[in-house]
Amino acid sequence: MKRFAGLAIGVLALCAIVVADNALLINGAGATFPYPIYSKWFDVYHTKNPNFQFNYQSVGSGAGIKQVTEGTVDFGATDGPMNDDQLKAFQDKHNGVGILHFPTVLGADVPTYNIPGVTGALNFTPEALAGIFLGKVTKWNDPSIAAANKGVSLPAADIIVVHRSDGSGTTYIWTDYLSKVSEEWKGKVSKGTSVNWPVGLGGKGNEGVTGLVKQTPNAIGYVELIYAVQNNIPYGTVKNSSGNFVKADLGSVTAAAAGAAKEMPDDFRVSITNAPGKTAYPISSFTWLLIPQKFQDGGKRDAIKGFLKWMLAEGQDSVEALSYAKLPKEVVEKEKKAINSIQ
Amino acid sequence: MLAMTGVCAFVSVLVLFFILGYLVFNGGTSINWDFFTKLPKPVGEAGGGMANAIVGSGKILLLASLMGVPIGFLGGIYLAEFSGKGMASVVRYAADLLNGVPSIVIGIFAYSLVVLPFKHFSAYAGAFALGMMMIPITLRSTEEFLKSVPRMLREGAMALGASKWKTIATVIVPAAYRGIMTAILLALARVAGETAPLLFTAFGNRFESHGWSQPTATLPVMIYTYAVSPYDDWHRQAWAAGLVLLGLVLIINILARTILSRGIAVPRS
Amino acid sequence: MATNTTALKGAGPVTGSRSFFARLSDGDEIARLVTMVFAATVVLITAALVWELWVNSSLPRQKFGFSFFVTSVWDPIMDQYGALPFVYGTMVTSSVALIIAVPLGIGAAIFLAELAPPRVSDTLQFFIDLLAAVPSVIYGLLGVFIIVPVMRTVIYPALNKPFGYLPIFKGPSYGVGFMTAGIVLAIMVIPYIISVSREVLLSVPRDQREAALALGSTRWESTWKIVVPFAKTGIMGSIFLALARALGETMAVTMVIGNTPKIAASLFAPGYSIAAVIANEFTEATGDLYLQSLIALGLVLFLLTFILNGLARILIVVTTQKGSEVGG
Repeated sequence: MKRFAGLAIGVLALCAIVVADNALLINGAGATFPYPIYSKWFDVYHTKNPNFQFNYQSVGSGAGIKQVTEGTVDFGATDGPMNDDQLKAFQDKHNGVGILHFPTVLGADVPTYNIPGVTGALNFTPEALAGIFLGKVTKWNDPSIAAANKGVSLPAADIIVVHRSDGSGTTYIWTDYLSKVSEEWKGKVSKGTSVNWPVGLGGKGNEGVTGLVKQTPNAIGYVELIYAVQNNIPYGTVKNSSGNFVKADLGSVTAAAAGAAKEMPDDFRVSITNAPGKTAYPISSFTWLLIPQKFQDGGKRDAIKGFLKWMLAEGQDSVEALSYAKLPKEVVEKEKKAINSIQ
Repeated sequence: MLAMTGVCAFVSVLVLFFILGYLVFNGGTSINWDFFTKLPKPVGEAGGGMANAIVGSGKILLLASLMGVPIGFLGGIYLAEFSGKGMASVVRYAADLLNGVPSIVIGIFAYSLVVLPFKHFSAYAGAFALGMMMIPITLRSTEEFLKSVPRMLREGAMALGASKWKTIATVIVPAAYRGIMTAILLALARVAGETAPLLFTAFGNRFESHGWSQPTATLPVMIYTYAVSPYDDWHRQAWAAGLVLLGLVLIINILARTILSRGIAVPRS
Repeated sequence: MATNTTALKGAGPVTGSRSFFARLSDGDEIARLVTMVFAATVVLITAALVWELWVNSSLPRQKFGFSFFVTSVWDPIMDQYGALPFVYGTMVTSSVALIIAVPLGIGAAIFLAELAPPRVSDTLQFFIDLLAAVPSVIYGLLGVFIIVPVMRTVIYPALNKPFGYLPIFKGPSYGVGFMTAGIVLAIMVIPYIISVSREVLLSVPRDQREAALALGSTRWESTWKIVVPFAKTGIMGSIFLALARALGETMAVTMVIGNTPKIAASLFAPGYSIAAVIANEFTEATGDLYLQSLIALGLVLFLLTFILNGLARILIVVTTQKGSEVGG
């Protein structure tokens, strides 16, 4: 026993030695969708500024909002903007100090499917998508799908719907879109990070949905564009508000944002689903960093401001390689001004 | 019938080797010196490892054991040697209840107790959550194995004039040592692989954590983060991390059994 | 007042007629108090947990009352919550897990304790213990990559074709579902059953076996009829451990159960469990009623564990034979 106790205490003491470290640790939590690009950014920024360590953990948009509100992390990140109640909750907990949204990159949700024999990209109308996820369109050879896909032989098989089981910004974007294009969806299910799905299996995370769709014949699900690209799974086009069937890619997503850029509100909380524009992809979205307006710690404030400036300039150059779309120029300019309001 | 039991054992061990094989096949290529010594790199860049997560897991497991094992062990001694029936039932029930709590709820509990008041994530919060999860197995098993020590050992000691606590410390516990050790290592193995309680206590860290009060990277959380990402390279690293985690537990097992091996040789039937 | 302290210090009963402070100088009393404090800590922690859960789930209690237990709706947008599908899923998956793991586990434990040579037994046990250390995330992934396809292509046809008329085997299979989750859980809990049962069986005194053999019983008879009942409480304890683990498992279950909050008789149908829904939705839950409803689910699980443990204890008391209580 004595040996063990001695050993344990020795090791504990070693661990407690705080090696003199000048680096300032800045913690953030939030969305999983932008995790790859954030981790790349923070890594590059750390190489340029070894005194700053940005530690970002992808625990989910809602968790990001919660943790930054509680003050356990210095900044948050979310795919779905904070609503008014959440903004108020933050202010209440921080003595009236507000929190700012900063768009960082753009992403998109795509409909992915696994139909034996179908290898190309199917065309989906908003009515078809809403019908499928409402459980009203039940077979693949339903007229609402077949009409847009002449020449593709669709089986008479039951559609197996797959959605997200965990609360997520991806779901928020998808349901936000469906709420805009289908009155019935809006009334029955509405939009949110977690909803009461009329039909379907739940997969955990983008990976869970991808996995389920890949494994289940005749399945359809929605995932972030990156997942579809990286996993080489087929995904369809969606008809946009101008009537064109558009496939999600960097160009079409940026086009969706460009339309919104002109009317961007000052707090940057905007939904760009079903955006106007001939080439716009209708299920696109910004993702935001959540930065408190005031910082007690001057070092952290300067570090974050410096990072934001860098992110809007050099940072944007590395996003496309990871399948994210850049921010439109107008948005970048607007954000640069907003950075100055961080105290 | 006896042959059937052999089949059962065979099947169980087969499952393990299958899992190990799968991990090695998918993650083996990612295990190299870098894995053990470097910090994680962003996706798309070769190299990078999980040095901080390996150290973090080790730290948190050690602290968790120091928190959970004494409570379970000493509590078990109380149940087996000192307590009356009433108190014993209550404590046992409480331990069984604690054991059935979903790991995420333990994480939430630890979050509200140890993270929120201090407004930061830390290694000791993670250790607190894991330590709580180690208590039930340790407690129940300690009690069970102490009770199974043959009467003659106790009576012999007392006949020689030993006081109760001396009997317990020098005769009974060493006799039950094997079983208790097994249970403690089982408890440790279980918490070593838990992800949910760590997400909101130790949080995670791309960098090395110094001391006990910073967010700390751990293997299970890294596995989770990498496994649900869209990148094959990260998937491989996740499998590799799984292997390393098993290796860590194996090493702890071996070390514990050899360094701490003492005890009365009760003749094995 | 008659004193029952004997001449030998400490050899007599610890409590007695001496005052508290006089007793304190006695090593035994200190030992008793110290260990009691630790035992009490366990109760304290559990009580604190329950209290936290109770306090933080007041809203759904006020709003839904008892109907929370029997409602099947789970709608975060409309703020309507009911626990029934999750309770059902938790119970079904845990039952399947135990039905598979208990016979396998006890069988393996018997083999390792009674038949295998000590070296082999120790080595195999070492490996089986490692199964307990595999992270639950990896079990989930293995479930998704291996068991789900096997379920859809092998197990489902094998059970559905001949037995499809039974309600539990009816209907289509998507690969994920109650049975898949049950199988994954079974693999996760087997090491606990084997490990603890084996140790308990090993600690059964030799004379019990020898007595049986001397009376002419076969090896199997002496094992099954004498040794195993002797170790009964320990084995039951290991099953408790396994059950508790199965009830509370989070990550692995959510990856293979289908995450559909619906009640279905068929084992092939997708479902949901309490731990899984808490894990999936807690971090994103915004809105007090939503959050507190999830916490209320945690409380429901506590209640479930409480009841199941109580039932199992009654079962032990009812079926315990004389002589299976370990002496000492």
